[in-house]
Amino acid sequence: MTTYREAIREAIAEALTADERVFLMGEDVGAYGGCFAVSLGLLERFGPERIRDTPLSESAFVGAGIGAALGGLRPIVEIMTVNFSLLALDQILNNAATILHMSGGQFNVPLVIRMTTGAGRQLAAQHSHSLEGWYAHIPGLRILAPATVEDAGGMLAPALADPDPVLIFEHGSLYNSTGEPGTGPVDITTAAVRRPGRDVTLIAYGGTLHKALTAADELAAGGIEAEVVDLRVLRPLDEATVIKSIIHTHRAVIVDEGWRSGSLSAEVTARIVERAFYELDAPVERVCSAEVPIPYAHHLEEAALPQVPAIVTAARDVVSS
Amino acid sequence: MPRKTRARSSRDRELLRQMLRIRRFEERCVELYSGEKICGFMHLYIGEEAVAAGVCHALTSEDAVVSTYREHGHALARGVPIRSVMAEMYGKAAGCSRGRGGSMHIFDAERRFYGGNAIVGGGLPVAVGLALADKLLSRGRVTACFFGEGAMAEGEFHECLNLASLWGLPVLFACENNLYAMGTALARSQAETDLALRAAAYDVAAWPVDGMDVRAVADAAERACESIRAGAGPHFLELRTYRFRAHSMYDPDRYRDKAEIEQWKLRDPLGQIRLPEDELAALEKEIAQELEDAVTFAEEAPIEPIEELTRFVYSEVRP
Amino acid sequence: MADFRMPSLGADMETGTVSEWLVKPGDSIRKGDPIAVIDTDKALIEVESFHTGVVGRLVVNTGERVPVGTTLAVVDERTPAERAPAEPSPPPPEPSPAHVLSPLVRRLAAERGMDLTSLRGTGPGDTVTRADVERAAGPEGTVPPGRTEPAAGRATTGPATVPAPPAPPEPARSKASPLARRLARELDLDLATVPGTGRTGAVRADDVRRAAAVRSDAARHAPPVNAPGQAVRQDERREQAMRQAIARAMTRSKREIPHYYLTSTIDMSTALAWLRERNRELPVSERVLPAALLLKAAATAAAEVPRLNGFWIDDGFVPGEAVHLGMAISLKGGGLIAPALHDAAGRDLADLMAGMKDLVSRVRSGRLRAAEMTEATMTVTNLGDQGVESVHGVIYPPQVALVGFGRILERPWAVHGLLGVRPLVTVTLAADHRATDGYTGGRFLAAVGRLLDHPAEL
Repeated sequence: MTTYREAIREAIAEALTADERVFLMGEDVGAYGGCFAVSLGLLERFGPERIRDTPLSESAFVGAGIGAALGGLRPIVEIMTVNFSLLALDQILNNAATILHMSGGQFNVPLVIRMTTGAGRQLAAQHSHSLEGWYAHIPGLRILAPATVEDAGGMLAPALADPDPVLIFEHGSLYNSTGEPGTGPVDITTAAVRRPGRDVTLIAYGGTLHKALTAADELAAGGIEAEVVDLRVLRPLDEATVIKSIIHTHRAVIVDEGWRSGSLSAEVTARIVERAFYELDAPVERVCSAEVPIPYAHHLEEAALPQVPAIVTAARDVVSS
Repeated sequence: MPRKTRARSSRDRELLRQMLRIRRFEERCVELYSGEKICGFMHLYIGEEAVAAGVCHALTSEDAVVSTYREHGHALARGVPIRSVMAEMYGKAAGCSRGRGGSMHIFDAERRFYGGNAIVGGGLPVAVGLALADKLLSRGRVTACFFGEGAMAEGEFHECLNLASLWGLPVLFACENNLYAMGTALARSQAETDLALRAAAYDVAAWPVDGMDVRAVADAAERACESIRAGAGPHFLELRTYRFRAHSMYDPDRYRDKAEIEQWKLRDPLGQIRLPEDELAALEKEIAQELEDAVTFAEEAPIEPIEELTRFVYSEVRP
Repeated sequence: MADFRMPSLGADMETGTVSEWLVKPGDSIRKGDPIAVIDTDKALIEVESFHTGVVGRLVVNTGERVPVGTTLAVVDERTPAERAPAEPSPPPPEPSPAHVLSPLVRRLAAERGMDLTSLRGTGPGDTVTRADVERAAGPEGTVPPGRTEPAAGRATTGPATVPAPPAPPEPARSKASPLARRLARELDLDLATVPGTGRTGAVRADDVRRAAAVRSDAARHAPPVNAPGQAVRQDERREQAMRQAIARAMTRSKREIPHYYLTSTIDMSTALAWLRERNRELPVSERVLPAALLLKAAATAAAEVPRLNGFWIDDGFVPGEAVHLGMAISLKGGGLIAPALHDAAGRDLADLMAGMKDLVSRVRSGRLRAAEMTEATMTVTNLGDQGVESVHGVIYPPQVALVGFGRILERPWAVHGLLGVRPLVTVTLAADHRATDGYTGGRFLAAVGRLLDHPAEL
């Protein structure tokens, strides 16, 4: 058993050991040990050349990561939290995602960007975003959202091996979660069925996966067998796994911590309707965050986010009359 | 060794009173945080009180304040009622931000307190805009913008200083240089550590100030505000200070030498102005009562009904 | 221009086949003229035109099976003066295979009363697209103003009031999930007959499966479309389809209609004596059978108790405009059909007897008229021929009553304290409890008894 945090740390250490071209940079990744202690101890093991503390200059160090990747290295850039990634959005969208295309295929950007995402810790409106759905809108990027310890550890190596920019979103509520460490690389092209079922498909990812699994347990107690699909690859979406599950269950509830309007859940809904319209036996339901900046007060935040009871209710709604 | 001098004036007494209020408030917050009355991220100002007390003292009620996520001190010194700040820490409906902001997002329209901003450097453009409005409307006001030295690594700092200087905007850039951007020491994140010099590169009047000496801070702020009001454009103060506590309640504080902290504590701003013992005791008692009242108020205040969750996403008063 | 569409000839009819065209392009027709023979799987029915004008295009080939509501032909209603020199009409298109059609296309086609199966699709896999519908509809392809559609499912058979255009293939219908729709298509089930258990009463896949399970072990797929020139085993196919149609109607009846049953035994001695007396005067061809007397008694009683003569539609009773008595006639090859004897209460016995004979012979030859198929207001079934003593029948929706007569048998019977041998008949009423209660049914049976006791009044 290990934690999500340790799994990522070990994956970074393995990558640094395996490939000289790999280095980690970001705010407080070195002396501080990482804002969320992911890189704790790595500075001592690998030295300041390869564990690089940066100033609070997101645009600069993300752009530098792009340049370093173009220059033959394999950078892992850590952005402290997704809200700070907005300061580097221009670099991610207008450089990392476009250079291969704009150059007619001459220059690829083998960059990995890691960042913490998500709400649920009373960090209020500017530190509680779930914007991975935004990033999943951008062609040229691969977007990963590990929800399990195995994926947290196993996604980094294939992400580094990917010739194109890969963004990994780590949900802040998961760092202390425990699980069995994986035995090697994880496939970063497919969704994963985390629990089989026949009555309804719960589609979740990242911070909402465990809520969906808890909801599935509760549903099972009431005789409803929910299949839980962990999207885990938000771009390019693995339609096939989702559609296969819908063909099996005929019903879908999508759980997304993003705001409902224009969220990833909307995209998944659209794909289901496009690809499996005649398999649907009930409207597709979504459990998303309320359309408010996430509030500080505990009870308001809880009310704003997708919760197990709402997932259970939505699933019961689509399954029973 | 720092100077320790008796209070010479009502200004001294007021500065001390504000610093004490902030200190006692935050000490209580640590306790409340441990008891889970306060949650989320909480960044303490302990050690830096002279900066807030001194700068805010130089402002009139017409002026504006733009702050950071380490803003309890700014809010209290600015006159935001302690009850509403404490209730906000509790996440109650009676809090200044109706429980939606918490420690990092204190707002008070009546005091022209434009909020704690949790994005590093995020407040600077807002301050520039507020000052632009004042200039265009010839209002003779100052906008004081607090930020840390870490923000000077952000592009926004450079863009904002250039713009404010170019347009001659009435902004007081109050840089709280506490030497650490979270866990990164100044010298490890900034190539030029003479911050006033960097500001001067944008043709902004700038000078460093001992941020542990509240009188020096107040003097510098008064001088800067006077000059700004006279139309001399933006001013920049590098307020050299130190936080005695970790970056936030989440921070294990592994990056600093304990001896360094102890060294700075010898220069505790609260020790700079001495009061006769009975006066100090009376002041402490007054503050303790004020604080007790605030905690009781926050404890008893109702929470915002969940039905109100979706309010304040769009304005409720529509044309 | 008016469309002549595949009519709905009963609640259980979803599709029909054009068996024969009785007109050709350029023929002048008047409202009411028979213009085609339609095979409904139950019978061949002559359908009449609702329009006066000149036949334009024949849209559907003979032998082609199309959904109810599909345009079969176009009738030009303009006067000769208004008409331009006749243009040659194009030949009907080749039938296209059944496509999966989008909800939008189905709706548009329904609004325009268009036949989707005859449209040439230009979409992927030759699917009919919105553009195809709009192109084919032309500038006039708009919704007739003020036309409303039944709230649920198929157009119900009902009293012929205004000759409104028949229901479109996909009217504003009960809600159903896409999967339920697909299954219903695959299982050849009428969704309108399937009660929904989903939210807001939507029909879901399980509802369809249940309904299909209730249905007899019918074939899983609709009979194939007959391309011209393709050999078909018409009789076998029709028989199978008829069985399915009966199964659907009877299933719906038993599922939706809370039946109650009343039985009376009627002494027929007076009636039979009167009939013998009457027939003695007449040539064989004009003699009246007891069955006609029973029919006449039922019809007259229905006129006296009008709550049993009509339909239960949309949670309410719609009285029949007259007593059009459905007469259950079994077919030689199996199956059953109940065409209407129009105005059975208003016709005299001789006329009624002639009507009965005519109907039976036309049923056997398969030449019924549309009105006879759809306008029955109450049905009578007489299984006396088979020696059956009493019939507890199943109501034919949306009617509210079915009268069953058994065999007239000699039995011991007490009258005024004396035992004698009398010819007796058992008459049974199966009635819809939503429309009437046992008291009303009792009045009806009492009236039948009284009328048969006083046959001269019939």
